[in-house]
Amino acid sequence: MIRLEHVSKVFSDGTEAVKDLSLDIAEGEFCVLLGPSGCGKTTSLKMINRLIPSTGGKIYIDGVDTQQKNVNELRRDIGYAIQNIGLFPHLTVAQNISTVPMLKHWPRDRQRKRARELLDLIGMPPDTFIDRYPAELSGGQQQRVGVARCLGADPPILLMDEPFGAIDPITRHKLQEEFLKIQERLQKTIAFVTHDIDEAIKMGDMIALMKDGELIQYADPATLLAEPKDRFVRDFVGADRVLKGLRLLRARNVMKAPKLTIRLDESVESAIHIMDERQRSWIPAIEDNGRFLGWIEREDLESSASLAEALTPAISTATPRTPLNEALSMMLGSATGAVAVLDDADQLVGLLSFSAIREVLAIDDESEGE
Amino acid sequence: MRGARLVNQAWQYIVVHSDKVLEWTWQHLQIVLIANAVAVVLGVLIGMWVSGKGREQIADGVIYAASILMTIPSLALFGILMGVLHAMSLPSIGMLPVVIALTLYGLLPIIRNTHTALREVDPAMIEAGCGMGMNGLQLLLRVKMPLAVPVILAGLRQAMVMNIGIAAIGSYLGAGGLGQPIFRGLANYRKDLVLAGAIVVSVLAVLTDLVMAGVEKLVTPKGVRTGRKS
Repeated sequence: MIRLEHVSKVFSDGTEAVKDLSLDIAEGEFCVLLGPSGCGKTTSLKMINRLIPSTGGKIYIDGVDTQQKNVNELRRDIGYAIQNIGLFPHLTVAQNISTVPMLKHWPRDRQRKRARELLDLIGMPPDTFIDRYPAELSGGQQQRVGVARCLGADPPILLMDEPFGAIDPITRHKLQEEFLKIQERLQKTIAFVTHDIDEAIKMGDMIALMKDGELIQYADPATLLAEPKDRFVRDFVGADRVLKGLRLLRARNVMKAPKLTIRLDESVESAIHIMDERQRSWIPAIEDNGRFLGWIEREDLESSASLAEALTPAISTATPRTPLNEALSMMLGSATGAVAVLDDADQLVGLLSFSAIREVLAIDDESEGE
Repeated sequence: MRGARLVNQAWQYIVVHSDKVLEWTWQHLQIVLIANAVAVVLGVLIGMWVSGKGREQIADGVIYAASILMTIPSLALFGILMGVLHAMSLPSIGMLPVVIALTLYGLLPIIRNTHTALREVDPAMIEAGCGMGMNGLQLLLRVKMPLAVPVILAGLRQAMVMNIGIAAIGSYLGAGGLGQPIFRGLANYRKDLVLAGAIVVSVLAVLTDLVMAGVEKLVTPKGVRTGRKS
């Protein structure tokens, strides 16, 4: 879809920002350009829509050399989101989103319809937000509108330059999740710049790690974490790369089906009997319909008159989609050391424990041999 | 006491000769409006042009020249213009030299504000506009100018208020306007006439300032005017 062939950029002051960069981004792929500041990732991105003219090599989109196209038409067919959002303060949310449709001379009602669609997509009720001005939105809402604007004319390709950069970590996390869901539906071809390894691992299908204008390693996140090509990559992904690898797995990949559960109307004695027999220090308590209630711990049972009294509600629970790194931190905060995995109806569908995660890590340990 | 009597006399003059005062005021306004209308068109065009890429030095030069123009005393500028107009065999007294002088005076605040406003548009806006495929003209008209207009109008407001004062001197050249009672009073020891002219010119300047402040607010894009900045 996007193909960079031996692309280079030498600025007029002689700085070599990008050196002989070759990269293929397949259709529907989310490619993250990652690297420390000054590594040429943003320059590379901006050469794709010719905001920065390349000084060597060729860039093809759908097999067509981008130099052959009218520069403004080229840009109108590529969604573009920038770090500082860059919403036009004098235009409403609808007008901002319709920037490219307007440049493409879409009829007005179609522009408006599209703006409403996109607001729905980014989870902002159109009736509330469509006629607001950027200054009347929170930072997170502005970022969302920035994303909606780059999707304005439904371009097949998106270029995003740290689109979630200027925002607090909690909102950023939320926007990343939302955007991944949107991408799951839309399957755009995306080139996405970030300097944040965690963001890269979370978002990318492929990661292009750059340094001093050169492409050091181009691989999917799991490979980048498990097989860093050299010292720079290893340092950049960080000493905690095994932990980071957990993010690539979901609770559903590791959870064990709950073998033993108990209902609150059972007697304390039978609970003690079952737990002692199976040598359990805790078991999950569920309702008749399978809804998860909390934990029954063995040590609480001696002093309790009923199971309801002994029940310890769970502080946090996971879903099958929860990344393992998050599940792990839930475990560390849980009294039992286990995390219940619930589906959308709060049904207990699985349990996560340290031993289950250790099994996954053990595989990683073996591949460590160096 | 004498002061109070004088003010009273001046007020009487304004009331009794209200038709004349109105006529002078209208002449005065006409001169200022024509001059500033020309100044705003020229000033904005020049300002837009010098704000273009690679014209930083030209911009500096143009703004420097305009500020020198401002330092020429008005009577001297009238004199120079009379000479020039005479050489071109155009009417060298009356409204023409005054309108031209006021136009020249009005240029600086308008060029300067246009230039500053266009230069200070957030680079993120420009990158976003370019990146989405706006051409230079679309970027100027759809992004830069709407954001610059309030600042440009502030320049126009400054120019108009200043020119209302200078236009009074234009009466010396027979351009009419509110300078007439002032000069007539000075020539005939009629302090009440001088004061009447002065009062009306001042009121006109203050009113113009207020009206322009209102216009400024009106043309400030709503999204820029309201709401919190985040």
